Amino acid sequence: MDDTAAGPTQAFRIETAGGSSRATAAGALIILLALVLLPIFAGRNLIQDLIFLFYMLALAQCWNLLAGYAGLISVGQQAFVGLGGYLLFALTLIAGLNPLLAIPLTGLASALFALPTALIVFRLRGAYFAIGTWVVAEVYRLVFAQFKPLGGGTGTSLTPSVTSSVLGIEWAKTWLDVRTPAARDIVSYWMALALLAGTLAAVYFILRSRRGLALGAIRDHEAAAAGLGVDIYRIKLAVYVATAAMTGMIGALIYLQKARISPDAAFSVLDWTAYVIFIVVIGGIGTMEGPVIGAIIFYLLQRNLADFGASYLIILGTLGIIIMLFAPKGLWGLVAERYDLTLFPTRRRLIVRDRGDR
Amino acid sequence: MIGWLDALIQGVLLGGLYALFAAGLSLMFGVMRLVNLAHGDLIVLAAYAILVVASKLGLDPFVAMLAAIPILFVMGFALQHVLLNRTLGRDLLPPLLVTFGLSIIIQNGLLQTFSADSQRLRSGAIETASIPLGGGIAVGVVPLLTLVSAIAVIVFLNFIFYRTPLGRAFRATSDDLEVAQLMGVDVNRIFAVAMGLAFVVIAIAALYLGLRANFDPTIGPARLLYAFEAVIIGGLGSFRGTLAGGIVLGLAQTIGARIDPEWQILAGHLAFLVVLAVRPRGLFPRAQD
Repeated sequence: MDDTAAGPTQAFRIETAGGSSRATAAGALIILLALVLLPIFAGRNLIQDLIFLFYMLALAQCWNLLAGYAGLISVGQQAFVGLGGYLLFALTLIAGLNPLLAIPLTGLASALFALPTALIVFRLRGAYFAIGTWVVAEVYRLVFAQFKPLGGGTGTSLTPSVTSSVLGIEWAKTWLDVRTPAARDIVSYWMALALLAGTLAAVYFILRSRRGLALGAIRDHEAAAAGLGVDIYRIKLAVYVATAAMTGMIGALIYLQKARISPDAAFSVLDWTAYVIFIVVIGGIGTMEGPVIGAIIFYLLQRNLADFGASYLIILGTLGIIIMLFAPKGLWGLVAERYDLTLFPTRRRLIVRDRGDR
Repeated sequence: MIGWLDALIQGVLLGGLYALFAAGLSLMFGVMRLVNLAHGDLIVLAAYAILVVASKLGLDPFVAMLAAIPILFVMGFALQHVLLNRTLGRDLLPPLLVTFGLSIIIQNGLLQTFSADSQRLRSGAIETASIPLGGGIAVGVVPLLTLVSAIAVIVFLNFIFYRTPLGRAFRATSDDLEVAQLMGVDVNRIFAVAMGLAFVVIAIAALYLGLRANFDPTIGPARLLYAFEAVIIGGLGSFRGTLAGGIVLGLAQTIGARIDPEWQILAGHLAFLVVLAVRPRGLFPRAQD
């Protein structure tokens, strides 16, 4: 018998990025560049629609990281959207800070709020965690409704001096030759784009890191992951706090653009959680591509059906239930399974090669 | 002093209503480990069902509720059999998201059918009747009936759970689904019966919801949160705990309202968070999970 036959005959390699995904990376850069330059050609309506799409997609990526990977199914993320919005108003109106400086501060503050919140809601598991986060969001809403300097229950507006003090508005006005309101939208658009790109990059690199491997393991089988030495509590806490910070900053940007805030709107479970869950579930939970697909579908539905009001929401709810029952991996799951596609290569692949090949 | 005593009494009575909201949720959790995000909306839906039966047939709400009970039992049975049984399994997401979707569908369906106007169940003199206790304190008949009904429902559910063959099947499926199936329990049917029963409890809760205050299609989620808080404060898996949890929540809300009317709801939520921080398994825990 040959000695070498007893040794391994195959070589293994673990890969996260393949050739096709390098092409998509180049594609992503081109798309990003095109989106940055879009305001030169696009009308104001399209810009406003895209701002909305970007916010929703950024929120969906956060929720997907939370629910799809860390298994923390929250129906209370509106707590951090509202918190971010209110903190932005407080920092600019009361403390007199520039909005651009205030936004990273709201992220930091949201993380600080998320920590004690997590210590309480993490005592609830699974589905009970979901309702617990909702209660916390209601507490935030009721507390801000009591805060008279920001208008109490009726809310308040940003002063024009704050909204026009955002860096770049004057520059956009002269460079693109538009009026102030349009320039404001364009700057908001760039900020939303930057935030979306930042969120996508953050989620992407978290998922590709060692932590991401642990998160994927938690998603696939929590008990097994714990058995292999993943510190579940710490990772979940880290994800909860990180998504709270991101969600808070998105909330700050949303309300900088809206320029008017009230507790009922800022802490709305429908706007900031139900729609977001819908986007993630329709697109495909537990993948980065899913929310992208879901956000585009949601945007198209919103554009064409939102005038129908209640029936529109009934359609959304029904669609969500049907997808959950018959295609729990969402639309992206259906496509990806059939064609073995991946746009954001976060999965590790085992490449097996026979030794004799070389 | 009298004011505070009055607040305590009213708090206990309000707790009866919350215990009724919570009993259905507690039952669903106890049997099929289902956390139903549409629970509050189902209570509101049942209130509209009673309203329709009462106005179409010209019945008193109490009679209309009795008439609506079989309808709601069948609705609950069908909902579980056709839809919710498909979602149960190791994965938490499907039941949560399907019931969340259901919540949105019910809210907007009611909004379209009945408009956003607030409604009320009318039952004549009993609505405003009260029993004076002396010292300027009086107890409303409807709040008192609510508490008595809540206690009756809890006693009845305990009886079913621990004294009947059906209850044995409930407990068996709750303890170990697979073994129960091996012993010949038709799990899908048992779950459907449990949901039908939960809908009967929901109907009773809806009657008092509609008699005590105005309701409109949007108030469901808040009722879900109260029900949930009562269940957690009381401790998972214990019906008596649920009753106690409802009363703790009712007391917290009325005491909060006594300090500042705007703090009523907030005080209830804060009491819940305090219990969660101090005794995470509730006051009378039974089930793990």
